[in-house]
Amino acid sequence: MRKRSSSGLLLTILLAWLVLYPVLIVAADAGHASAIHAFVSRGTEWSALWASCWISVLSVVLAALIGIPLAFLFEWFEFPGRKLLGSLIALPAVLPPLVGVIAFLFLYGESGFVARGLQYVLGFQQAPWRLQGAGAILLVHAYSMYVYFYLFTRAGLAKVDAAMIEAAHALGAGRWRTLFRVTLPLLRPSLAGATLLTFMTALGSFSAPYVFGGGFRVMPTQIVASRLNGEDALAMVETVALALLALIGLVVLRRTEGDAGVVSLGKGAAPQRRVIRTPLARVTATVTGWALAVVLLLPHLTLILVSLVPYATWTTEAFPPVLNLDNYRRLLEEPTRLAPLVNSLWMAVVSTAGAVVLALAAGWMVVRRRARLSKIIEALVALPWALPGTVFAIALATTFSVMKPLEARWVLIGTAAILPLAYLVRNIPVTGRAILAGYRQLDPAFDEAAASLGAGRWETFRRVSLPLLSPALMAGASLAFVAALGDFVTSVVLYTYDTRPISMEILSSLRLNEIGVAAAFGVVLMVVSAVVLAIGARR
Amino acid sequence: MSFLSVDNLQVRFSDTVTVGPVSLGIERGEVLALLGPSGSGKTTLLRMLAGFETPDSGRVLVEGEDVTGVPPATRRFGMVFQHYALFPHLNVGENVAFGLAKGTERDAQVVEALGLVDLAGFERRKVQELSGGQQQRVALARALAPHPRVLLLDEPLSNLDPSLRERTRRELREVIGRVGITTVFVTHEQEEAFDLGDRVAVLNAGTLEQLATPDQVYDAPASLFVATFVGRANVLKGSGALAFGGEAGEALVIRPEHFRLVTGPGVAGVVRERRFTGASAYLQVEIASGVRVEVLAEPRSAQVGDQVTLAAARKTVFPS
Repeated sequence: MRKRSSSGLLLTILLAWLVLYPVLIVAADAGHASAIHAFVSRGTEWSALWASCWISVLSVVLAALIGIPLAFLFEWFEFPGRKLLGSLIALPAVLPPLVGVIAFLFLYGESGFVARGLQYVLGFQQAPWRLQGAGAILLVHAYSMYVYFYLFTRAGLAKVDAAMIEAAHALGAGRWRTLFRVTLPLLRPSLAGATLLTFMTALGSFSAPYVFGGGFRVMPTQIVASRLNGEDALAMVETVALALLALIGLVVLRRTEGDAGVVSLGKGAAPQRRVIRTPLARVTATVTGWALAVVLLLPHLTLILVSLVPYATWTTEAFPPVLNLDNYRRLLEEPTRLAPLVNSLWMAVVSTAGAVVLALAAGWMVVRRRARLSKIIEALVALPWALPGTVFAIALATTFSVMKPLEARWVLIGTAAILPLAYLVRNIPVTGRAILAGYRQLDPAFDEAAASLGAGRWETFRRVSLPLLSPALMAGASLAFVAALGDFVTSVVLYTYDTRPISMEILSSLRLNEIGVAAAFGVVLMVVSAVVLAIGARR
Repeated sequence: MSFLSVDNLQVRFSDTVTVGPVSLGIERGEVLALLGPSGSGKTTLLRMLAGFETPDSGRVLVEGEDVTGVPPATRRFGMVFQHYALFPHLNVGENVAFGLAKGTERDAQVVEALGLVDLAGFERRKVQELSGGQQQRVALARALAPHPRVLLLDEPLSNLDPSLRERTRRELREVIGRVGITTVFVTHEQEEAFDLGDRVAVLNAGTLEQLATPDQVYDAPASLFVATFVGRANVLKGSGALAFGGEAGEALVIRPEHFRLVTGPGVAGVVRERRFTGASAYLQVEIASGVRVEVLAEPRSAQVGDQVTLAAARKTVFPS
């Protein structure tokens, strides 16, 4: 009995030290009167805060406008190529944020393919536009975040009982009335989930505002700018402000979720897909579907194309004149190029392993042992998800920049440990949610059966629980690995030259105008991410 | 001294929910049925025997050895779970081998255990491919393979189709008999308890109401609860009890098959309902306003609306 509570307590303390303590230290350190005064009195701070709010809300609206109709199209109608297109459409999820941003830059930027093409065709002297400011950020957000609405809505639609829709029709409701009175209310939990996820992602988004923002600042870029200017105290106040904004958003949006029980009432099958029969509508649906897929795949294709352009061979032409594998060769042959690749790989492996171990411990404590601290452990596991990456970057940078062993603070900044630690903290919710869910679905009778057959606790875990948890574990670990591999938002604050990750190398290559190398790194990230996610999704 | 003894075992879940104290003894090779309605504490008692539930007080003894504090892993009690808990990531052979020590004899032991339940040659099958009855037998083979001291079964037949249940029950009885293992099983079905159990322990609201052979439990129920829970029974109180020779303050329990339709003196009544089952008929006879009894009669002895006279061949008396 005593052992039970002490191991639970140990895990709680460890989790609190990782995810809560650094945030509290920032909150305490932010209490400088002069910094607070500077924050409150400067107009730029208020406009960045306001920009974060409205960019996030508009991102939700745009993502919903694209994602929801697409979900209905692919879930309710049958047309040639539906299955293939349906999975292609989820592809933006595979692009790490920074890679998506540079793909957009190469495609729609002022010297991107579209602009060059127009210049060439119409004979402009200058680029017809600049991809910059709020519009550019919203474009990238809409492109990368509609996937949440698309996937959530499709999952929700698949659960809607066809009999409910038929019942509405039988009661005299027409198609639109049924949609608004029955289908959409049933989808409410799914839509609320997508809204929350999109809002939180947009609020914490750093890559797009960093690359495309220019003078336009949102809170995450404002924080990093303050830090670069040496205004550490101000950066901490800004961090606390962003954290509060995120928590307010979380609380407000949680209230819109409604009763999830509404949906589980129906147990029947989802409606049959309507086959589009009239030839014209069929052709239209098919052509629209494929055209859409091409538009959505263009950034990926652009990235691959640019990665084949050797250094300084593409100047004013509309299309690059030389294409070869030179950039990939340089990636592998030049030690300074190979280093970031190796760094990102080992740091992602280490941080993922750590996050998996912590998640397994949490799952075991919360679900199996029902430790008294269960609620607290679960809250700590979820916390890093509720706070933007920049908040954690600043919090960890602050906490681990002094040597105070008595306060459980050591100097980790500037060492190889800080980035894996940051990735680990950020990934605890990802592995935690997957493994907790896996544990909850695991019949405790399996453990008991193993025990009654003579297996001790460790043997039961190794021979029974772990193999049965492996789908959940793989799913969580693959997401965590991909997130760590492509991380930009915490790396930009915490990296050191010796442990610089791929994202920082992409950025410095761009600065040196080595776009081919940057794109090649992007392709590597994209391919590795896709492969790892595919492995993780296998059942 | 019994082979397996339960000595004043008790566990408290809340102020109102307590199981025990229960004391009972089981002889070597005996099969004991724990029978009771849901919530009676029968599964809790079984789980305390297995070691999955820790009693607040009392002891579990095997051949005089106190095993109350022995964890399930070293208790050497085999268990068949209600939904079998066959490991889905292992095949049939690997499931059966799970509790066996690594070594040269392991394969032979698996073959032996599977042969015992008539599943020889099933080693490589996936457990998901088996029928419900086959899964139950694999679970039994897995529990028996390490040669446990006691076999525990939690509602072993409840997960099967009614059509399969009787056959599986026969097979289960046969295997247990052949192995000769001391067995405790939980059920809420009287027929199962009577068919499989050498003795039956009837539990209600956490207490042991009666421990006896099936015949004794049926013919001489120890309490009003046992009389009504086991088999069909009419409970007569007040004027109804007086009519059949009871005294004030007594409750009479009369089984439907113990009523006789007579021509001489008896209790007069009117047949209100007749349920024909083929070999016999159940009659609902109203003997006074609002007082009905169920009577098992010859199929063509009476029709609805008939006036009949009833006599009770046997009755059991309880304080009301």
